[in-house]
Amino acid sequence: MAGRTLYDKLWESHVVRCEADGTALLYIDRHLVHEVTSPQAFEGLRLAGRKPWRIESIVATADHNTPTKDWAQGIRDPISRIQVETLDANIAATGAKAYFPFRDRRQGIVHVIGPEQGATLPGMTVVCGDSHTSTHGAFGALAFGIGTSEVEHVLATQCLITRKAKSMLVRAEGRLPAGVTAKDLVLAVIGRIGTAGGSGFAIEFAGAAIRALSMEGRMTVCNMAIEAGARAGMVAVDDTTFDYLRGRPFAPMGELWDKAMAYWRTLRSDPEATFDRVVDVDVSSLRPQVTWGTSPEMVVAVDGRVPDPDNERDPTRREGMARALQYMGLTPNTLIAEIAIDKVFIGSCTNSRIEDLRAAAEVARGRHVAPNVRLAMVVPGSGLVKAQAEREGLDRVFRDAGFDWREPGCSMCLAMNDDRLEPGERCASTSNRNFEGRQGAGGRTHLVSPAMAAAAAIAGHFVDIRRLV
Amino acid sequence: MNPFRIVTGLVAPLDRANVDTDAIIPKQFLKSIKRSGFGPNLFDEWRYLDRGEPGMDNSHRPENPNFVLNLPRYRGAEILLARRNFGCGSSREHAPWALLDFGFRALIAPSYADIFFNNCFKNGLLPIVLPENALDALFDAANVHPGFALTIDLERQTVATPDGAMQWRFELEAFRKHCLLNGLDEIALTLGHADAIRDFESRRLHEQPWLA
Ligand code: SF4
Repeated sequence: MAGRTLYDKLWESHVVRCEADGTALLYIDRHLVHEVTSPQAFEGLRLAGRKPWRIESIVATADHNTPTKDWAQGIRDPISRIQVETLDANIAATGAKAYFPFRDRRQGIVHVIGPEQGATLPGMTVVCGDSHTSTHGAFGALAFGIGTSEVEHVLATQCLITRKAKSMLVRAEGRLPAGVTAKDLVLAVIGRIGTAGGSGFAIEFAGAAIRALSMEGRMTVCNMAIEAGARAGMVAVDDTTFDYLRGRPFAPMGELWDKAMAYWRTLRSDPEATFDRVVDVDVSSLRPQVTWGTSPEMVVAVDGRVPDPDNERDPTRREGMARALQYMGLTPNTLIAEIAIDKVFIGSCTNSRIEDLRAAAEVARGRHVAPNVRLAMVVPGSGLVKAQAEREGLDRVFRDAGFDWREPGCSMCLAMNDDRLEPGERCASTSNRNFEGRQGAGGRTHLVSPAMAAAAAIAGHFVDIRRLV
Repeated sequence: MNPFRIVTGLVAPLDRANVDTDAIIPKQFLKSIKRSGFGPNLFDEWRYLDRGEPGMDNSHRPENPNFVLNLPRYRGAEILLARRNFGCGSSREHAPWALLDFGFRALIAPSYADIFFNNCFKNGLLPIVLPENALDALFDAANVHPGFALTIDLERQTVATPDGAMQWRFELEAFRKHCLLNGLDEIALTLGHADAIRDFESRRLHEQPWLA
């Protein structure tokens, strides 16, 4: 028998039934819920007189709308407040395995708290009404984002109607140079295969460079699989996975842990397994990456220049580049290091975990934010990340350097709360999307790693972090 | 969900690749807890000259006269032409809700982002995939001929000009076609397999008791 991929194993172990045309009913183990994409699903359920199938699968939190300061005053935007209160009411009515509401000390970005609580486990199917659910694939789980109708479908049936994707292997070999991170790795992969390159695929990230990453780094990589257009991203289970999960609140314990580990060890692609597409990356000469445009594929190395549309032959692409440069207020051939910034955002489900904050703090330590930077904010991914950082004194490091130290949430990753860019403002951001208006109407986003964002805050423009470390 | 069978409608061309869901419906409108009312804010940042906020009276806002959907000849369009990777970005179902609420019944593009593509079907919005050269011809026609319309026949899986001069066939999964044609409730269909789900669940719990 031919070998099976990790994706094959995860898929096959969750198929309840399959139609002749390949449409499958897939069982869902973990359902993560947040306030933005769930209200219409709960309402639909109620209107149809249906009950949730398995309440213990639900882990919920409020993250997109929550403010990042003055928590004592509650949520001042009335429309945001209604959405968060609607989630409170829906969870109170239906129940959940766990709910971390606004101001709970464990509240945070849904993709940070799932793993942090051990609610994301290897071998699971994990869904959420949120595209960055791919993050959880870092644990050898099959995790993907769904729409609100599907949220309702999962609530009602514990299943999804879906089809198997094609498989892609991204094999990253070599050792990441100092100052070059998981974020740079995944941005470089997206730059190479494009934002539609993973369309129709589930991507497994493998190779020595991936195995050497911490769980935080693997989550960063899988988080951005969706920016390559992939349905899911995943990484095989190994000791790094176990070390992260052991002792987490919802992880199994004692005998069950041992039993689970024995199964989890099988969650890797067989050596003879074949993939529909293989992409090889050598990371040993990788440089820190900075996006210059309005799509994550518009990315160059920090020592590079803003590209010139005149050198692009494909007309749709050329027009797209020209439009992006105009939106971004950039001139072709400008050195990336000469681009001055107005704001810095360190946060989001891509880069707001403790390791990210440590990396940024290392750069900020003993230095100060440049005078031309109006705001440099650090938004931890969860209340527990924030508490951990404070135990380590990172909040002091940031504050002393002139950064704002905020409460957890999505914040300026998508600017649904008060944290946003003003028109024309330029931001070095550790988030995952640089779309037009993503961080505020007219705002200009450059995606970078946490260390690169911190360095840009200090210098007032992009700098090559390798010169600092 | 309303069934989709045959739609004949005016065609509007949106000539950009990688149109993302933040562009289709900006985040400030995601604060609604309803499924309807998103149409006036479809493509908000491109369509209006001021900054849109939820609760505004959109009929008094200054429109961007250059945005394609604001051109008089494309008003009332029901079919949207787009370029590759349409709907990339977030999982927000507000994107198809807004397109439908605005009046679109079908989209035609060379490719779509996965979650968006899925979300369309759940709401009776038909995302048709045609090859790049077909799109080039369609964009040309929509630019050149005012009032350019198309007829989409889901049963026959065809896109054609009303006079039949141009015609293409498109592919579609059998299950999706069946659901769309009949306006079926997928949850009810799945609940028809409740026994199979329960069997699966008990087997899973036996093999992986830590998932209780
Ligand atoms: S941090 Fe940003 S990308 Fe992540 S879940 Fe929140 S809004 Fe979405």
